[in-house]
Parts: sequence; structure tokens; C-alpha cells
Amino acid sequence: MSDARGPRAKTKSAKAKPVKAKAAKAKPVAKAKPVAKAKPAAKAKPVAKAKPAKAAASSGRERLLAVAEHAIEHARRLGVDAAEVSVATGHELEVSVRQGAVELVKEAGSSGLSVRVIRDGRVATSSTTDLGRAAVEAFLARAVEMAEVSESDPLAAPPGRRELATTWPELDLFDERTSRIDAEEAIALARTAEAAALEADKRITASEGASFGRSSGHSVLANTAGFVGERAGTYQSLAVQAVADDEGGKKRNGVYWTGGRFFSELESPTAVGREAAVRALRQLGATKMDTGVFPVVFDKDAARSILGLLAGCILGDSVYRERSYLARKLGQSVASKHVTIVDDPLIPRGPGSRAFDGEGRPVRKLLVVERGKLQTFLLDTYSARKLGAKPTGSAAGGGGIPHASTSNFVLQAGKWRPAQLLEGIERGLYVHRMMGFGFDATTGNFSRGAEGFLIENGELTVPVGEITISRNLDELLKGIDRVADDLDHRTATTSPSFRVDAMTIAGA
Amino acid sequence: MARAGASASRSASIGGPGKGAVLRAEAIEAPFAPGRGLVDDALLAKLIGVALERGGDFADLFFEYRRSSAIAMEDGRVRNVSGGIDMGVGVRVVQGEAVGYAFAESIDPEEMIRAAQTASRIAQGGGKAQAVRVRTRDVPSRYPVHREVVDVAGIDKVELLRRADAAARKVSKKIARVDASIVSVHKEILVVDSHGWVSYDQQPMVRFGASVIARNRTRTESGNSGGGGRLGLSYFERVSPEEHGREAARVALVNLDSRPAPAGSMPVVLAAGDSGILLHEAVGHGLEADFNRKRTSNYTDRIGERVASPGVTVIDDPTLPGSRGSIDVDDEGVTGDAEVLIEDGILRGYMHDRISARFFGRKRSGSGRRESFRDVPMPRMTNTLMSAGQDDPEDIIRSVKRGVFAKKFSGGQVNISNGDFVFSLTEGYLIEDGKLTAPLRGANLIGNGPEALTTVSMIGNDFTLSDGMWTCGKDGQSVPVGVGMPTIKLDRLTVGGTALT
Repeated sequence: MSDARGPRAKTKSAKAKPVKAKAAKAKPVAKAKPVAKAKPAAKAKPVAKAKPAKAAASSGRERLLAVAEHAIEHARRLGVDAAEVSVATGHELEVSVRQGAVELVKEAGSSGLSVRVIRDGRVATSSTTDLGRAAVEAFLARAVEMAEVSESDPLAAPPGRRELATTWPELDLFDERTSRIDAEEAIALARTAEAAALEADKRITASEGASFGRSSGHSVLANTAGFVGERAGTYQSLAVQAVADDEGGKKRNGVYWTGGRFFSELESPTAVGREAAVRALRQLGATKMDTGVFPVVFDKDAARSILGLLAGCILGDSVYRERSYLARKLGQSVASKHVTIVDDPLIPRGPGSRAFDGEGRPVRKLLVVERGKLQTFLLDTYSARKLGAKPTGSAAGGGGIPHASTSNFVLQAGKWRPAQLLEGIERGLYVHRMMGFGFDATTGNFSRGAEGFLIENGELTVPVGEITISRNLDELLKGIDRVADDLDHRTATTSPSFRVDAMTIAGA
Repeated sequence: MARAGASASRSASIGGPGKGAVLRAEAIEAPFAPGRGLVDDALLAKLIGVALERGGDFADLFFEYRRSSAIAMEDGRVRNVSGGIDMGVGVRVVQGEAVGYAFAESIDPEEMIRAAQTASRIAQGGGKAQAVRVRTRDVPSRYPVHREVVDVAGIDKVELLRRADAAARKVSKKIARVDASIVSVHKEILVVDSHGWVSYDQQPMVRFGASVIARNRTRTESGNSGGGGRLGLSYFERVSPEEHGREAARVALVNLDSRPAPAGSMPVVLAAGDSGILLHEAVGHGLEADFNRKRTSNYTDRIGERVASPGVTVIDDPTLPGSRGSIDVDDEGVTGDAEVLIEDGILRGYMHDRISARFFGRKRSGSGRRESFRDVPMPRMTNTLMSAGQDDPEDIIRSVKRGVFAKKFSGGQVNISNGDFVFSLTEGYLIEDGKLTAPLRGANLIGNGPEALTTVSMIGNDFTLSDGMWTCGKDGQSVPVGVGMPTIKLDRLTVGGTALT
């Protein structure tokens, strides 16, 4: 959950969870997080990830190239087996308004270099924000020294020269318009969106506000095997959170956001505000439903969240570390025949698109689940070697410990209209929001809090909340009996609505 | 233009007598640290002056230096060593409830001035030249550390990981895999506000974790154990690496025998310690004053009302020695003390940052925290605790005819507006006729803050602080926190298992 970074929508959900091993927080451009916790897709990184477009700040690009090339040269002089660097710069603007008044204007640029060095088979990683020549040289020397503590691992070598991408497609991920949005325009967009929420209905009593964020970034990935690749990208988002008061004194919040790599792809501020209001109002008067086993329909937001759990279980390191209930299920049935899933890094303007992977390998569209059957895991070089398989060009990032990640991870649309998912359900649950971390990847056991509507005789009736839904994910996915046709590409991980034949609901 | 005060006063508080004396001079690394002369009082005063040149009620500078080290051992082999230094300064200008924010990733004067100019644009009033006289604030010393873990030689840290690994494997032949990690941080902060107050603090941190996979003929299960705090190597005298290894193995083995958790509303006994996550979610977030200032929290306007059973007292306490959530001074330069949030079941107060304290007419804040110099501060928890009661923990379990005993958790989440919270159980047991019987599979527990806390019917005399492993996320910012509580009984809570009865 930690790096689920979608567009910035300030939800009030806050979480406590044990930390994972993660140091060196000086993530270069990854800091351009126009984000918060509404968490659309675990992958909608607002960070630049693609070939530089057109006229993108050429002097800045040349500097990045020069820093990267110097770092690689210097690493060679230090006697490494191999080194990989990622140098990035980014710029971000974030504004928020509440009740029409400006609450925050934040603007900053950042830059950074991260490196992975391998010496005598020993690996170290580090990052710095100081790109000065002397500073980079001292920094690299420290990284090489750190590697001495590591242990030699023959599997750790990066891809060889012939495995690296030499050409890659232009994916149209950089919008020239983005960096021209100034604070004044951003504030106007946020104000319009918030006003639309407040005016939508008298029962909207408060607002956590509206926010607009934009980020743009350039980066260069280079390694000692001769790879040099440039990426550039932009992202912008607008989010509103409206609050309504219930008769019982409870408050109900509704969050809605729009985001995309291109400004022109955003929904209108008015539409965003109105939808936030709708989402707050729809929960008014929510009550628990009865405990029992019922069919469950997931709307596309909730469905995407389920798909994200599956995504975590097909990544190379989850598989070899046995943090995946799918570890031994390659080639087997893992979902119903209605389920086909692809990972497609090559979607133009896609929020999760990348023209080459984090190790410089070529990428391609992968069929992950075909009519319920698990066809491949997503593998970087290391996890592929661990599992005795071929890498799939799925490494994330660059200049860190490589690990596989999804790009645009898509559950293919089915033939049903969303309303048809309710057909034939005498009593069931329609879920539009879930909360909590109740998923054990090792076993697939799933149990989370849910909000939505009661389904009675094929229709949505009363709002329900403060209940949990539970079933093992393996059984849940095999229980999908209808998939709707409402797929969109708003987020990197995305799913249409779907229906599951039965889940245990714990309520009153 | 502003004028600077004497820089001698700042360095005096570091090396001289008084509370500041416990800061170890030899631990100073940050170029901006008092006494090093790289960022002098004149420059600080100038930056504040630039930040307020267009007006504004107040401004602050947050300097941060963070050196970290992480070592990850995978299945007995050190896969990676990582670490690095991150440094910069955030500049904030506040006018009313509006904030202008910018940061520089260095302490180069030109870059800092540029950041101050960017932040200043929020203000519309037209500036008055304010003379800032820089003075040092004494900060307490709640986590003096003689040898920080980040400074321990790499091979010695690897040895700690190896000890956990070996201990876990020795527990049983069913242990199939062990991963372990150690993360340590040396952090220095310097906060300067437009009243001229300068606060400097060193904030060490260590976090150790072991994660185990156990397998039998039919099942694969995992178990985790972690801990740490603002402590040095002495942490491992309290809890050894072997204990973490064995504990992770124990949980994984227990889970091999677990059966589906029940579904529905029933009595739940929360074990002492880690269950404090309940307070953090059910109460804590809703009492952060920003949500109440904005009237979006379920607890808005409820001070003085009953929100929990009699006997329930909840405090947020940044003073606990060495605890993960403790702070000498907050990230706005204010030293906070233990705040009573709920007293004997009655809501007493919120947690404040400077903006909310001013809004609510409170003299003092102390809960303004931020993830890094790149982020704006906001009200956050430190160590959130429930005070001990009178009941014997064994009597509490004995009092339940049929219910769940919840012992370990992986995390929780809350919806501030409606008050619904969940927390995810990773080790729990069925209670039948007052006795713990079968271990249960992981399940979510769900409840509503004030409603759940008014069903607290017994409170144990066994207050326990959870070992330091919790990180709290809010609006995309993560900060380390602590939790703690005694064993308690909730008469009713919804358990999200799969077994119907």
C-alpha cells in the first residue's frame, strides 16, 4: 500500500502499518507525487516514464545525460562489475482550496540520482540529490564501499548488452501544456470543482476541499552495458472531497478525482465536484446488513482494488519469496473463464506506460491470465533467474534494487452492461468502497471492510456500511460469473465492474 | 531587513549546561547544525524576512538532514545494502489558514532564498519589515543514544540479521524461509520560526524485522515480528534478534493450524500492546484538529461528550523515553507534552498544529509533524496510549462465553467522516467458555469509533507498549508512531471471518 500513488485526493483515511525495509528516501523524481491516498491504482505513478517528447526542455535533458554518463564512467573507474544509474529532475505544483479559500500553494523542483553498483557480485544501492561532479564521485565511492557488506550473488548481474532495448516506441506521455498551468489557473480549477460539490445538494454540509496537482519530469537511465534511455512524462489531477451530515450525527464523505497524463483528458471540474457530492450523499443513512453468504457486485473502483491484490501476487519477487498464493500455479486455472488480464506497457498516454523497463530491457504486452488460466508471472532479471524463467521486461524504476511491477494492468471488458450484473440477485451486496489491509498474499485469504448498497430482487435499495466481506481470493476470482463492459483507462491498474457468486458478509 | 541575534547563544545550548547538554556534540553531522557556522543567524533572519516580504502571519524554516542505512537479508543471504543522505529545507508562509510552501534540496543560500520567495507568494497583505532576533529554544532529551545503529559497522548489522535467521530456523523443520531486515536513521532537524525561535534536535531510529514462511504438507503460512524505536544498539538488549526470529516462526506455525475466523458481531478481547492500533484508528485520527477545524470529523463539536465507556482514558504522549513515536520537539519547533484526549470516557481535546491551535484559541500546539522537508506539517499522533485499568487479563478472557481474542495485527484504517475503522488481525484465537481454543485465520475487524469504545466493559491492569514498528500514513505522508494499551474487552465488534455459526 505504501506506494500506491494516484492523483491527489485528500481522503481522510489514515493508516498505520508496519514498515517495510526501505531506506534512502531520497527518491529522485518519484517525489513528484501529486498524490495522496485516494489510491486509484497502485501504479498511476505521476512520474515521468517515457521517451522525451518533442521540445522537452533540451538544456535540462543534456544536463541529465551528462550527469548520467559521467556517473557511469566514474563507476567504471572504481572497478565495478556493473553499474546502473537513473538521473531525474521533476517539478510539481499543488494547490488546495476549502470553502472557496486557498489553503495551500506548494511549488518545488527536485532532482536526484540513484545508483545500483555491483562489485564482485555484491550489490549496493543509494541515492543523492546533489548532482555536482565532485559530489557524485564521492557518492559513488561510498556506494561501492557499501557493497562490501553485501554477499556475492551470481544471480545479481544486470542484463547483458544484447538483452537491452536499442529502439523503443514514442508513447506520447508528455504534455507541453502541463507545466504552463500556474497557481492561479490551478486554484480556479479547484474552486470551480469544490463549488460544484457544495452547490449540488443542500445536504452537503462541509468540504475537505478540492485540490489540483501537476507534475512533470525527465529522467535518464544508463548502465555500464551501454544502455542510455531518456524518459519524460507529465501527470495532472483534480480531486474533491465533499461531506454530508447524517441524521444520526455521522458524517459521510465522498471523494472523486480525475487525472491523466494530458490536461485535455481531465473531466470538467464541475463534473468532478458533482460526482463527489453524489458519492457523499449515497451513503446517507447507511446501516449494517445481516451476516450471511450473498452474491457481491463490485463497481469498477472496488473491482480495480481486487485486481490490484492479484497483481501483487504475480510479481517475480512475491513469487520466489512465497508471498504469493499463486507461486505454484503457473499454467493452472486461477479465475473463472470470464477473466482475461493483460499487462500492457505500450498504451499511448497510458498512466502506467513505459517504453523500456527499469533495467533497459524491451517491453511488450503480456497476456497474464487467459480465460482464467495463469499464463505468466511478471519478471525482472533477478526474479526470473531465481525462478529459472525468462525475464518479461517488467522491472520497475531504475538505479535501485530491481523488482518487477505491473505497467497498465487491465482486466478485459466483458459483454454485460453494469446494470445487468444485478439481474437475478434476490439479496446481495453492491460494493463501491473498501477499506483495510485484510489480505494475506501467502494464503490468498481476503477480508476487508466494505460500503455500498443492498441488492434486493435485482435492484439497489438501501445504503450499507460497517460490514466486512471475506473469501479466499482464489475462490473469489473463480466465482466471477459476469464481467461488465464499463472499462476505462483512468488508472494504470483498471477493471470493469464484475459480479462474484458468493462471499461471506459479516454485519449485524 | 531583519537583523540577527548572537549566534553564540545557539551553540551554547548544544555544548553547555542545561537540557541541551545531552545532545552529543560528536553526533552533529548536519551542515546547518548550530555552531557549524554554515547557516548563521544572519542568513536565517534573512530567509524569514524574504518569506514574509509580502506579508503573512508567520513563517518557518524546516531544515532536515537524514542519513539512512538499510540491509535486507533474503533467505539467509544479504541481497542488498542501501543507504544515503537526504538534506534540504522547507519554507512555509502562513496567512490565516492559507499556506505557501516550497523547498530546496540543498542549503545553498541562493536556492533557499528562491524557495522563500516562492512560498511568500501566498501572502497578499503587503509586507512589513519585521526584525527577527534569533534565539535558541531549549528542547528536552527523550531519547539520548550513545551509539546509533546507523553508525554500527555493516558486518555487525549483518550479524544481527543472521542471528534472527538462525533462531527462526531452529524453531521447527517446518520453517521454509526467513527474511530479515534492519533499517536505521540518523536525523537532525532545525526549525526556525518568524518569532526568531530556533529548535534543534537529533532523532535516531532503528527498526528490525523478521519474516518467516512455514510449510506443512498442505499449507503455507507466514509470520512476522518487528520492533525498534529511537534507540541505539541497546534496543537489542531489550529484544534480541533471536526473539524476533523465534516470534515470527511461532506466529507462522500457529497459522499452520488456524481455522476460518467466525463472521458476525461478538465479544472481542484485545490483547495488551499491539491492539493499540485500535486507538490509533478508532480515536486518534478523528481527534487530529485539522479534521475538526474543517468540520469533517465524526468527533467535531463533541468535546465534553461521552465517547467511550467510563474508565477509558486515552492520551497522546510524545515523552516516552526511546519510543518510536516520541519527539523532543515537533516539526514546527514546539515541544509538546502528554495530551489527554479522552478522560474516563469523556472527550477532552484534540491534537493541534500551529494553525489549528490558533483557530481553536489554544495556547499551545506540539503535534505538528511532517514526513520530510518536502512536506507541510499537520496534526499527527506520537505515541497513542490507553491507561491501565483494574481487571486481571485472565478474568477478562474468562468472562467471554464465545468470542475472539485478538493478539497481533498488520495494520488498520479509518474513515474520519463516518468514524468506521478496520484493523487486520494476523494472530487470533477463538474464546469458548472463557478459554482460548483454536487459532484463527486472518480476518478484518470493523467497528465505529465512538460506538465501539462505549462497549468497552473491562480494562486490564497490564498496560503494554507495542514494540516500535508502526508507521502512520495521512494525506500521503508517513511518520513513525507508537501505540500501547492494556488488555480490554469490547462487548460487541464485527469480526469479518468466513465461518458462519
